[in-house]
Amino acid sequence: MYTGSITVADTPLLRYVLGRADDALVLGHRLSEWCGHGPLLEEDMALSNMALDLIGQARALYTYAGEVEAAGRDEDAYAYLRDVTSYANLLLVEQPNGDFARTIVRQLLFSAFIDPYWRALMASTDPTLAAIAAKAEKESAYHLRHASEWTVRLGDGTAESHARAQRALDELWPFTGELFTMPAGERALIDAGIAIDPETLRAPWRATVTRVVERATLTLPADGWMQRGGREGRHSEHLGHLLSDLQYLQRAFPGATW
Amino acid sequence: MYAQSLNQQVEGTTGPEDAEAAARFQARIDAEERIEPNDWMPAAYRRTLVRQISQHAHSEIVGMLPEGNWITRAPSLRRKAALIAKVQDECGHGMYLYAAAETLGVTREQLVDELLAGKAKYSSIFNYPTLTWADIGAIGWLVDGAAIMNQIPLCRCSYGPYSRAMIRVCKEESFHQRQGYEIMLTLARGTAAQKAMAQDALNRWWWPCLMMFGPPDAQSQHSDTSTRWKIKRFSNDALRQKFVDATVPQAHFLGLTLPDPALRFNEATSHWEFGEIDWSEFKQVLAGNGPCNRDRMAARRAAHANGEWVRDAALAYAAKERARAAAAAGAA
Ligand SMILES: [Fe+2]
Ligand SMILES: [Fe+2]
Ligand SMILES: [Fe+2]
Repeated sequence: MYTGSITVADTPLLRYVLGRADDALVLGHRLSEWCGHGPLLEEDMALSNMALDLIGQARALYTYAGEVEAAGRDEDAYAYLRDVTSYANLLLVEQPNGDFARTIVRQLLFSAFIDPYWRALMASTDPTLAAIAAKAEKESAYHLRHASEWTVRLGDGTAESHARAQRALDELWPFTGELFTMPAGERALIDAGIAIDPETLRAPWRATVTRVVERATLTLPADGWMQRGGREGRHSEHLGHLLSDLQYLQRAFPGATW
Repeated sequence: MYAQSLNQQVEGTTGPEDAEAAARFQARIDAEERIEPNDWMPAAYRRTLVRQISQHAHSEIVGMLPEGNWITRAPSLRRKAALIAKVQDECGHGMYLYAAAETLGVTREQLVDELLAGKAKYSSIFNYPTLTWADIGAIGWLVDGAAIMNQIPLCRCSYGPYSRAMIRVCKEESFHQRQGYEIMLTLARGTAAQKAMAQDALNRWWWPCLMMFGPPDAQSQHSDTSTRWKIKRFSNDALRQKFVDATVPQAHFLGLTLPDPALRFNEATSHWEFGEIDWSEFKQVLAGNGPCNRDRMAARRAAHANGEWVRDAALAYAAKERARAAAAAGAA
């Protein structure tokens, strides 16, 4: 028996749900790479907690994707059997952990967006998405608080931590434009009250990030060229390596139950 | 921070211990009373506990590494989440245990420095590699299983903070063991390749797990006083036998074979008799020559070194905040 990669139906709702699920899984996977290697035991625990929240969100969304597609696929089929070009996560979340400053700033930039996003999505006309959003919002509010506190500590800590935090902010900034892009097909979902127009979150996101960056005595980078493509499956080279690890057993032993 | 409130007995600065106090102490132990941090205790009791609790704490932390090795490769999202949660539990165990050790007048920083300097021990089981996913099942089933055998009696240890930490830890360890066994069961009932993976993991982990109980009673150094102080309630060999008796039927239920041709059930004693343990391997691993000793220490040292600027930043920020609060209070 051989089970290769799957091809999923290309409908706007499925694409939308998978994109959100992929964001959560890829970022959760990245955070889980810290497990056992954190800068202090308390932070090892906190990063693992955030990883667990995000993987939990991914599971709920993939399970819902299975219902939407109605092709008999479970959460693992979407996570383990799609190739890199089928993944629709943001480029920001697949960026490598780097040092602790980079991990924290990546979390700040994402959480400052996704927390108000989930809050708005709680009013979705799609009851499953509204329920997933309600749970995810509580978790992302904590992630935002945690990432904000650490950004301030690092920015306003020592000269070294300040320099590392500023470098992380500068390097990750070009990936923030993609937060507000709207893939083809999403407009109809927004008009139907199912999804949220990310553009409406640009100002609140910027206000949150600016507030934290100022408290951290860091400098907000200028908006230059913004990278994009993740939502359409055009990723950085990093994602393929992440998926090679993530999918290894399912690919090496097709069809086995674990 | 606890040191001032304790009856510290720095060696060389105090004379022989008050014989009356020692007798009262032993009477409390014999009466199954718990000794608490501010109670009088013999210096050797304190030393023994610091050594044992800190070794246990180090084992929990180093033990995160072999299992953490499979987090990014876990075969399903459910398994991935469960494994992260398990490794995170081990981190929590390390933290409670360091906190229990701190009640004896040492600091976590001191203890961690000793580990990183290679002066402190941790359980040698974590110096073996996790090569396949089945190792995650085998560790939960066997390593957590052996840890439980060792730790259940410690829930009644005479030192209060340690016994209370153990009660909390043991609950989680038994959950880990069930989870590990369930992974093994899934593999054993899976494809031929999965069953072979499970058998291979059992072959590699069985003997090192028997060594987890420590040297045979005839050679054990610490047992006599530890037994008198009710830190240790069962001998190494007794616990090892208990583990074998509990585990052999579980292996049979999985349809797996234990890698010991001498294993046989003794009807008269109702115990499983097992073959000779290769204690030379144990000594080599203890001496730093196990397959992963160097990698494990390198990983812990790297985490510590890479975290230094983060810890410094947190301290610097806290100091600035205090200064700002003081300035604001002064201005008001
Ligand atoms: Fe543990
Ligand atoms: Fe343990
Ligand atoms: Fe455990």
